[in-house]
Amino acid sequence: MEGMSVIVKKVAQLISVLIFVFGMYSATHGHIAPGGGFAGGVLLSGAFILLILAYGVGYFKLKQQREATSIFESVSILIALLLAFTGLFAGSMYFFNNYLPPGTPGELLSGGLIPIYNIIIGIKVAATLSTIFFALIIYKEEVRR
Amino acid sequence: MENLLIIMLVLMIIAALTAIHAKDLISSIIAQSFIGYGLVVCFLLLKAPELALVQIILETVTLIIVLAVVCDSSMKEINEPIGKRDIITYSLSFVLVALFLYYFDKAIVGLDPFGEHTLRMSEMYVKEVLELTGSANLVKGVLWDFRGLDTLGEATVLFTAAMGVLVILRITGKKQQPTKK
Repeated sequence: MEGMSVIVKKVAQLISVLIFVFGMYSATHGHIAPGGGFAGGVLLSGAFILLILAYGVGYFKLKQQREATSIFESVSILIALLLAFTGLFAGSMYFFNNYLPPGTPGELLSGGLIPIYNIIIGIKVAATLSTIFFALIIYKEEVRR
Repeated sequence: MENLLIIMLVLMIIAALTAIHAKDLISSIIAQSFIGYGLVVCFLLLKAPELALVQIILETVTLIIVLAVVCDSSMKEINEPIGKRDIITYSLSFVLVALFLYYFDKAIVGLDPFGEHTLRMSEMYVKEVLELTGSANLVKGVLWDFRGLDTLGEATVLFTAAMGVLVILRITGKKQQPTKK
């Protein structure tokens, strides 16, 4: 896959930053606004996919990126699992125990563990979709050779 | 609202049939993505902005990935003549559809009218999620507190999907083979 024209590259630069920021907003404010970890993660990976489509494959070192996203994906789901396990040792002791104080609803720091889960699952979804996209592109490049 | 919903559903069924019978694979993908975007409209009509947001973002990214795959293939469906075995398949699917419709008709007799049915469980969720979890977004409160195990399963399914893609494409495995020889 080769890069596109200068106009497309410049617009992709500008737009992908906005998409990235909106993805982060969506993932961190999941407990007070529509969106949440899943939508935020898909938006984050969409920003990278847009950049890759505009700039072509040669511009990025995709193999290193693919290994990094695989590590992020595995580590984030492990952290989510461990966080769920910590509920077994706190408060009323059950899996997925939300032991942090709920706080006042509507503020950024509220909802106990829910915002942390949202951020972790956002990282996880972004890493997973990027991994799949990178894998398909790397496979295509290798087969073409 | 219900008329709009019915129109949208009929359009989506037509798009699904088009996606099956289109000769060009790209037009079949566009027809298939019409189903996804029509689902967004249905979610908005049913007052579910959360689902609509996730659906519209995911549909866009999926469309890009599937297009990237199809643009690299032959872009045409393989047409095989109908043989004797296909007759068995078609008749079996007709029988299964008839059975499904019969039991569906039997099963929906006891249900409440569309849009009025609420379980006691979900009533409790709607009333007490704000006090118990402190999450202003009701959906996230249910997803990550009351139904946390379900959501963990969902994330695991996504993990498995990425693993499947990596295993089938064998990116890292292929490179190690020549060095051994």
